[in-house]
Amino acid sequence: MSTALSSAAAGADRADGFPLAEAVCPVIAHEWVNDAYKHLVIEAGHGAARARPGQFFHLLCPVIGENAPFFRRPMSLYRIDAARGRLEFLYKVVGRGTTTLATLVPGDALNVFGPLGRGFDFAGRARHIVQVARGVGLATLAPVAEAAARCGIRTTAILSARSRAHLMSVASLRAAGADVLTVTDEEGTSEVGAVERLVRRAIAERGGDFLVTCGSNRLLQMLQRVGRELGVAGEVALEQHMGCGNGMCFACVREFRTAQGGVAYRRVCWEGPVFDLQEAVSW
Amino acid sequence: MVDMTVRIGALTLKNPVMPGSGTMGEGLARVMDLGRLGAIVTKTITPEPREGCPPPRMVEYKDGSLMAIGIPCKGPDHYVDEILPQYRAYPTPVVCSVSAPTVDAFGRLAAKLSVAGVAAIEANISCPNLEQDGRAFGMDAEASARVVRRLKESTDRPVWAKLTPNVTDIAAVARAVAAAGADAVTCANGMLGMAVDVENFQPALGNVTGGMTGPCTRPVILRMAWQVARAVKIPVIGSGGVACARDALEYLMVGCAAVQVGTINFVHPTAMLGVIDGIEAFCRRKGIGAVRALTGAMRPRQDFREDQAA
Repeated sequence: MSTALSSAAAGADRADGFPLAEAVCPVIAHEWVNDAYKHLVIEAGHGAARARPGQFFHLLCPVIGENAPFFRRPMSLYRIDAARGRLEFLYKVVGRGTTTLATLVPGDALNVFGPLGRGFDFAGRARHIVQVARGVGLATLAPVAEAAARCGIRTTAILSARSRAHLMSVASLRAAGADVLTVTDEEGTSEVGAVERLVRRAIAERGGDFLVTCGSNRLLQMLQRVGRELGVAGEVALEQHMGCGNGMCFACVREFRTAQGGVAYRRVCWEGPVFDLQEAVSW
Repeated sequence: MVDMTVRIGALTLKNPVMPGSGTMGEGLARVMDLGRLGAIVTKTITPEPREGCPPPRMVEYKDGSLMAIGIPCKGPDHYVDEILPQYRAYPTPVVCSVSAPTVDAFGRLAAKLSVAGVAAIEANISCPNLEQDGRAFGMDAEASARVVRRLKESTDRPVWAKLTPNVTDIAAVARAVAAAGADAVTCANGMLGMAVDVENFQPALGNVTGGMTGPCTRPVILRMAWQVARAVKIPVIGSGGVACARDALEYLMVGCAAVQVGTINFVHPTAMLGVIDGIEAFCRRKGIGAVRALTGAMRPRQDFREDQAA
């Protein structure tokens, strides 16, 4: 990987006026939050100033022995701290890339590229967001409430996880002014029907008028059905393995419904990762 | 001051570095100044719109990737109306990559795309035709020559032929397209490969087979570029696994006039700037006044000879 490293050195930090940049950022903090997820904080002034909820950064994971991730790994933003010039990520350690990423310690350097993709678009479209998150979605949707509050939009956050230990963003969402409802597999409260009742109540009783979701196919299908039935618009943040993250390689496509009633491929990195709730084809 | 200009037939480029077709797009203009490139090579245009291959489209290796993208394309009108205007702001010549299922269609497409703002046509005769078991025009010297002859009849733009490495004698294909009138050859496209998702007993790619590209392919493609450069008099553009200036210098020294930088753009979006700056720095360090002096500058090794032994 010496070639990649040398070209990284040559190409890094060429921000000079371009909205996107490849930058080498110091790791500020990197802690386990439970048995599966790590919380990474980096200093990234250029990125933090421009990033919006739902966008992602493309991280160059380190090469460690036999683990040599060639492509970057897309990571949604868990928190954008523009005031301190910091970006935060919350990710599950699952594969080759996240395994080597997890070894970084404060003071190490991480090469990041971004901010990339199309973020959430709720300003002017919503008065009360109902967000439904599970798995990786807990991280991706975490910055929505804070950004929504700045536009005078309220948030009801319904968080679903395996156990209470895996409900990670409760405190930060409450701090951002969101009403937080939690369901878990452990307590038997997370089945789709139960979540659907919470969603319908949030719409009927709290004035929920915009749905956002990420992280669960079954919850996406439920929200598409509820949204269609009640005429409530919404957005979904999707994941896909990516090559370039910048619309060039066309590796990260998924299927979407078209206005003509057909199905077409779109790039998750470029047309997304946030898409119209009803256009996403569930998987 | 190093003279970085190179000539590819009638076309003069400000430096010998350009992207490989399909490895850049409008997103790159948000990261770097495209005006610094020697040329802009756009993603292959086909006569009809295409959705491309079903996902998964990519498998990653330590130093390269296997991709089956399948040339998703919105057709030539969209290219002229929507894509080409994005590059009008740059002085950089635009090379339009084209592919088509028949010789006739190649000719009609090139004619249609010979509009203001297109400086040259690159014939993608090499991208594996994914719907025909990976066979392509480029696998047959005579079929490759037929495409080039038709393109030369259909457009007044220079025609570059992008060869496939999936042949036994790439020099023979290069000679055929040169004889047919090609203004340059690009060497080469991705190497056909496949991968299996053993956990699920299925192909790892939606298309089963794909094209292997990236730094791990460089020794093989470099060898081919050397063979091609010795076989033809037209300029050769090296394209295979270039990630940094040193890699590009290899291609120039074996006889290439320019290089295309491809897969590494997906990892390091400003990699091409590093290649340009690195080539210039190398020339300064070696006291070379013009980068074109590097083309074919590799010398025979001075080997130990038995008869010189004391």
